Amino acid sequence: MPPLLKLILIRIGLGVLTLLLVSVVVFVATQALPGDAAKAILGREAANKDRYEAVKEQLGLNKPVLQQYVGWLGGVVTGDLGDSLAQGSPVTGLIGRRVVNSFILVFVAALVSVPVSLILGSITALRRDTKFDTGVTVGSLTLAALPEFVIGIILILLFATQVIKVMPATSRVDSGLPILQQLELFVLPALTLTLAVAPYITRILRASTIEVLESEYVMMARLKGLPERLVLNRHALPNALAPALQVTALNLAWLAGGVVVVEYLFAFPGIGSLLVDSVANRDMPMVQAITLIIAAVYVVANLTADILTILVSPRLRTGLR
Amino acid sequence: MSTPEIRVNDSELVEPVAVHADSRPSEWVMMLREAWRMGRTKIGVVIFGAIVAIAVVGPWVAPYSPTEFVAPPFSPPDIPTTWFGSDYLGHDVLTRVLYGGRTVILLALLATIIGLGLGVTLGLITGYARRWIDESIMRILDVVLAFPQIVLALLFVSILGPRLWLIVVIVGVSHAPRIARVARAATLEVAQRDFVRAAEALGIARWKILFNEILPSITSPLLVEFGLRLTYSIGVIAALSFLGFGMQPPAADWGLMINENRIGIVIQPWPVLVPVLLIGILTIGTNLIADGLGRALIGIERDTGVG
Repeated sequence: MPPLLKLILIRIGLGVLTLLLVSVVVFVATQALPGDAAKAILGREAANKDRYEAVKEQLGLNKPVLQQYVGWLGGVVTGDLGDSLAQGSPVTGLIGRRVVNSFILVFVAALVSVPVSLILGSITALRRDTKFDTGVTVGSLTLAALPEFVIGIILILLFATQVIKVMPATSRVDSGLPILQQLELFVLPALTLTLAVAPYITRILRASTIEVLESEYVMMARLKGLPERLVLNRHALPNALAPALQVTALNLAWLAGGVVVVEYLFAFPGIGSLLVDSVANRDMPMVQAITLIIAAVYVVANLTADILTILVSPRLRTGLR
Repeated sequence: MSTPEIRVNDSELVEPVAVHADSRPSEWVMMLREAWRMGRTKIGVVIFGAIVAIAVVGPWVAPYSPTEFVAPPFSPPDIPTTWFGSDYLGHDVLTRVLYGGRTVILLALLATIIGLGLGVTLGLITGYARRWIDESIMRILDVVLAFPQIVLALLFVSILGPRLWLIVVIVGVSHAPRIARVARAATLEVAQRDFVRAAEALGIARWKILFNEILPSITSPLLVEFGLRLTYSIGVIAALSFLGFGMQPPAADWGLMINENRIGIVIQPWPVLVPVLLIGILTIGTNLIADGLGRALIGIERDTGVG
């Protein structure tokens, strides 16, 4: 087997192992912890023995833990995530549309933030210590520090209430219309997520581009008399992209968790706001399903980044031979 | 225990080879001095100090009690009686702001300290242990890393309820893998140096080498991590309060205030705006400090040829 392929296959195997362990954590946290899930769900009603036993039966809590886990995992793999305790119908049906909504939201945020920050990052590196560079650096340092709900609320105050009233403060969804025809709902949540991740990608690309530009092989390429355009496109930027890819993927993965607070803030109908509601309602099957989805997205995004890094970075590729 | 004896032997034998044992200040002291020279660090320290001062002194200078009704709900500011107006129940906004900073700062500090303690211990062990211990601990840490911090916290809050100790522990635990990676990388490098080799040759217990020899040498990157993780702790803990899973009413807490008063944002923005700005300014302050420390560390490593 070629070493490159072997390296990638090992990485995929580790990813699958991580996912399996993630499912154990989710299961243990929600179903097997000493804190009794049935009691947690029922609250004061737990005193009612019949109700209590019924809920235990419904959750399968009377079986041995390992058997519970295997049964649950089998359901997860076949798309059967159980019934929502709050709404009584299957979880899969309830979250389907919300997964799509959240996916579109994250996709829009990524579509805006990645190119913008890649461009800003490389320009600031090439025009180092200019006013533009200083401005972007100070701006990104400030934005990177702010929690996402702080950014979101400032945007609401600016655009939806006080200064310019052009945007809806919360996403009031008209369920009769397809979500893609209600694009104004996406603007502020997507902008919040964009402002939360773009500074990180900008900063890492600026740093890695500067490092590469000062490296010996770029100097060598310049001394060889290669045109500057070729030096940048062929030698500098591909190597600068490798560390930036990692951070970009980490940030896109972060979006999977970032949607929780941002969706709640804007009452956006995605899995993030549903997770908050489900935690408040102690709707365990729903919490299990959503945390699993978010963790899976996170793991897959990281895995993709690692593989892309292996493929894109000349140093790693040649280091194998 | 014959520890003192070993100590004597240790220093006698180690001194000739270890460049470290001279009178130069430790690396982390140099880093702090270097960081303090930067404007951004000074601004960060001033900001952080100012917000902490508001949070600590606030309750003593607050004009009212945080649960006292001073005006009709969502009243606009009326200087000099209510500087920022009243909140959704008619409490004085300024008073609740002055009371509401302690919890978030204290809980964030605790969570960061837990994360640092756990992460450093794991990082030291994985950086210095045999391959399979290293591999299996890093695998477990990968699993923790697979959950965004807020999601991990929500997962455990869903079964155990919104308990403050739980939030502090979970946020701390979720920091640990990231800190462990930094500590591990630093340990790997330090473990190759002569003074560690010498201690090994003397047969000093491995855990003593870890905590007496290696730990003091990796303080600088850990200080940078502390600043960075503190920024994230503040964000996550304030966010959990904002989601309703942190401090519970009638407590005065910045994150909770934002949630409680959101519905009135159009008619009375102050009870939302003031806590939002204070949290934002606080995280900008801690981030500036972390950034200054990080830059100072890079500068020192370049100068001394380490790393």
